[in-house]
Amino acid sequence: MRTDAAARPPRFGPRARRAALYIALIVMAVPFVVPTLWMITSSFKPLNEIFASPPSFFSANPTGAAYAEAFSFQPFARQYFNSVYIALVVTATTMLVSSLAGYAFARIRFPGRNLLFVVVLVGLLVPGEVTIVPLFQMFKQAGLVNTHWPLILVTAFAAPCVLATFIMRQFFIALPIELEEAARIDGLGRFGIWRRICLPLARPALSAVAILTFLSSWNLYLEPTVYLTSPELFTLPQALTRFTDAYGGEMWNTQLAAATMTAVPVLVVFIFAQRQFVESLAHSGLKG
Amino acid sequence: MADTRIKPREAAPASRGPAARRRRVWTMSRADAAAGYLFIAPQLLGVLVFVIVPVGLAIWYSLNEWNVFTGATTFVGAANYQAALDDPQLPKVLGATAVFSGGVVVLNLALGLALAVMLNRRFRGSVLFRTLFFSPVVVSVVAWTLVWGFLLQDNGGINGVLAALGADGPNWLQSGPTAMIAVTFTQVVRSVGINMVLFLAALQGVPGELYEAARLDGAGSRRIFFRITLPLISPTLLLTAIITIVGALQSFAQIAVLTEGGPGLSTTVLVYYVFQQAFSFNDIGYGSTLALMLLTFVMVLTVIQWQLRRKWVFYED
Repeated sequence: MRTDAAARPPRFGPRARRAALYIALIVMAVPFVVPTLWMITSSFKPLNEIFASPPSFFSANPTGAAYAEAFSFQPFARQYFNSVYIALVVTATTMLVSSLAGYAFARIRFPGRNLLFVVVLVGLLVPGEVTIVPLFQMFKQAGLVNTHWPLILVTAFAAPCVLATFIMRQFFIALPIELEEAARIDGLGRFGIWRRICLPLARPALSAVAILTFLSSWNLYLEPTVYLTSPELFTLPQALTRFTDAYGGEMWNTQLAAATMTAVPVLVVFIFAQRQFVESLAHSGLKG
Repeated sequence: MADTRIKPREAAPASRGPAARRRRVWTMSRADAAAGYLFIAPQLLGVLVFVIVPVGLAIWYSLNEWNVFTGATTFVGAANYQAALDDPQLPKVLGATAVFSGGVVVLNLALGLALAVMLNRRFRGSVLFRTLFFSPVVVSVVAWTLVWGFLLQDNGGINGVLAALGADGPNWLQSGPTAMIAVTFTQVVRSVGINMVLFLAALQGVPGELYEAARLDGAGSRRIFFRITLPLISPTLLLTAIITIVGALQSFAQIAVLTEGGPGLSTTVLVYYVFQQAFSFNDIGYGSTLALMLLTFVMVLTVIQWQLRRKWVFYED
């Protein structure tokens, strides 16, 4: 069998193979694409159509009622704002902290540098799901439970920030040192070199860090579930799961409308900045 | 140690050449070292306060019994660890964790590799397909899982489509095996895009001459895949396997939103069990003990991954 493989002509022509490839890809794409589309179209369905049998993709009588209800049932606008501002604060803090630390670990020589870098890397080793038990007690002692501080501080300094520091360090190690030397001779101090020479050059790494950090804050679910109890403090992922009626039944169309409002803006940004997203998220493979 | 670092003129090996000599200019000043400490201070302090101290506390908590009502603690030594050994639920939880993580790894790697191989060559629409397969990665986990929960209801979209095809779908989330399939599948579909990208990068790194030579020697495409492609990208395969297991061990939101660990304990993985013990049942001592167990699994896997990464750095990118 194997020896005559070379002599035997391919069973199918290139056209048939191409067609088979397309069919296979389209079938495989269904679970990746249809749920998102179904979420969007179903969010415009009136409640009685949500579980229609046979299911229809588009609504016969589209309505925006679920969107209105999302805002009236919970302080959804407030929750949306919470998620956005927390993610922005975390992202800005992480960019600052990680670019400083990443630069120092890459460029400045000081006693104990390698040891301290290993200490920082421990932050990547320990999942937030493990530390949340003691962290909750710490924040309780500090009177910060049911505030946004735990979500901001832990994300901005622990695992996501350590990953960012690692990415920044790798970037600065690869950066040619000549520019900095010239600036040094011109009398610029370390801070000036970092600020004026290195940061402007670090745009690609910083945008990777920004995307990664924003998404990890935006997606937090365990932390808000543990720390927050007041609906007006909730973040989006947590709020999404609270659209239940008095009997604990899920208000599906309202949930889907809220989920659409959560997911679609990020998807739109992703479509426009695909390369940056893919490259930065591939970094997250480092952590898992 | 401090002295040798500050005066690298004696310490630096001569073999480092001109680059090392030039760098000496940078290492001479104490002020520069001070700047270094200042630059890393926020990150270092952050890790100490939000990671290392909590791990220490978790160890301390695991040695104590907590009174839920008074908040008083009593030192109980290894009692919580003994409780873990005696916990009749824990074997089931660890079993579910193994099935979930194992299922996620196998499916994720197989699907990720298949997608990467199919999309490795450029053809009309290949970029669009890459985008589609990657897109769930950027959708919020909770939103993604909610939609799947909606589709997996007994009268939901998936059973609706099955009914239209004349098949009778199960009540997915209400029986153990199908609930496990559901959480595994939704986790894989959401995250396989990352592995696809990592595999695509690895496939690009396989030298084209190897394929040509193999083809000249008369190897078929299946043989080329198993004898050339697969061995050459095996480092990436192993690394992504570990990364994927570590990710699966930390999947909390998927489980919490889709099944809440149920029905029964069938989808209660370790991370969800930790949450239940520590926050639903307020058993801080036992919750910490289980959290340390989770930490041990993740640490062992991550350290292996780092060792392998160092060893195979050549293959990366």
